[in-house]
Amino acid sequence: MYEVIAFYIFAISTVILFMITAMSKNVLYAMTSLAAGMVMISGFFFLLGADFLGVVQLIVYVGAVMALYAFAMMFFDATKDIKEKHGNPALVFLLGGLMAMVFVVMFSAPIIGENVEALYPIVDGIGNAESVGMVLFTKYLVPFEVAAVMLLVAMIAGIILAGKKMDHSLTTTEEIIHEADDEILKESK
Amino acid sequence: MIGISHYLILSGILFSIGFIGVLRRKNLLMLFFATEVMLNAVNIAFAAIGNYYGDLSGQMFAFFVIAVAASEVAVGLGLLIVLYKKYGSLDLDVIATMKG
Repeated sequence: MYEVIAFYIFAISTVILFMITAMSKNVLYAMTSLAAGMVMISGFFFLLGADFLGVVQLIVYVGAVMALYAFAMMFFDATKDIKEKHGNPALVFLLGGLMAMVFVVMFSAPIIGENVEALYPIVDGIGNAESVGMVLFTKYLVPFEVAAVMLLVAMIAGIILAGKKMDHSLTTTEEIIHEADDEILKESK
Repeated sequence: MIGISHYLILSGILFSIGFIGVLRRKNLLMLFFATEVMLNAVNIAFAAIGNYYGDLSGQMFAFFVIAVAASEVAVGLGLLIVLYKKYGSLDLDVIATMKG
């Protein structure tokens, strides 16, 4: 009974908050409603027994990604409403609705098939975080390491793109790029 | 009782909200928000299907989706800042330089 109530509360609030994210004209409203919707989504993960995933959702999405967006918004003018030219709104909603139907069919196809078996079954008596750790560091070790390298590359890319030569543009002339490269090489020595 | 179909229908609704956002947004930052909505919708579907089959693979995939989303945001925001410095705007109609 509690599960039903919790599901519907989370579902309605997530849909409303994400509608605000997709429709709002103000960047600040869109960002705060996105952050709140992600908190609600972590509620679904706790309901589904994926405790560790819910905690990761809270820390990474609500904590890190939203803070990154908030910092990036300091570069853009976030106070005024953005003006967007909408060509054909009816066509957009029609395409979106058709897309949703296609996805419901795609998601329900494996349930109708009923041939899926659990590769790494959830064992009773072991906590979610422990079992996630066991599978992550045995079967998924290589993707885990690749993801770590990818995050390092993304961090360096973010620093280079946003941080170097803050006072003038990186992309207008080639000289500046070479200068920036030389500076990076000099600093690394 | 709440079954898997509830979660999948919710995930489909959220995905279509994100997709409508991607289709109608002209501001690049708002476009990023819409892609985050889509990624979160897919994560719910992964967790729900994993729970339905008693399988941990769904949660594993959701972890990697979160890692990819985090790095996408880091690189994408760096590129947005460079674009904003160059054009003074994030509107796709202003930034677009190719005809057609």
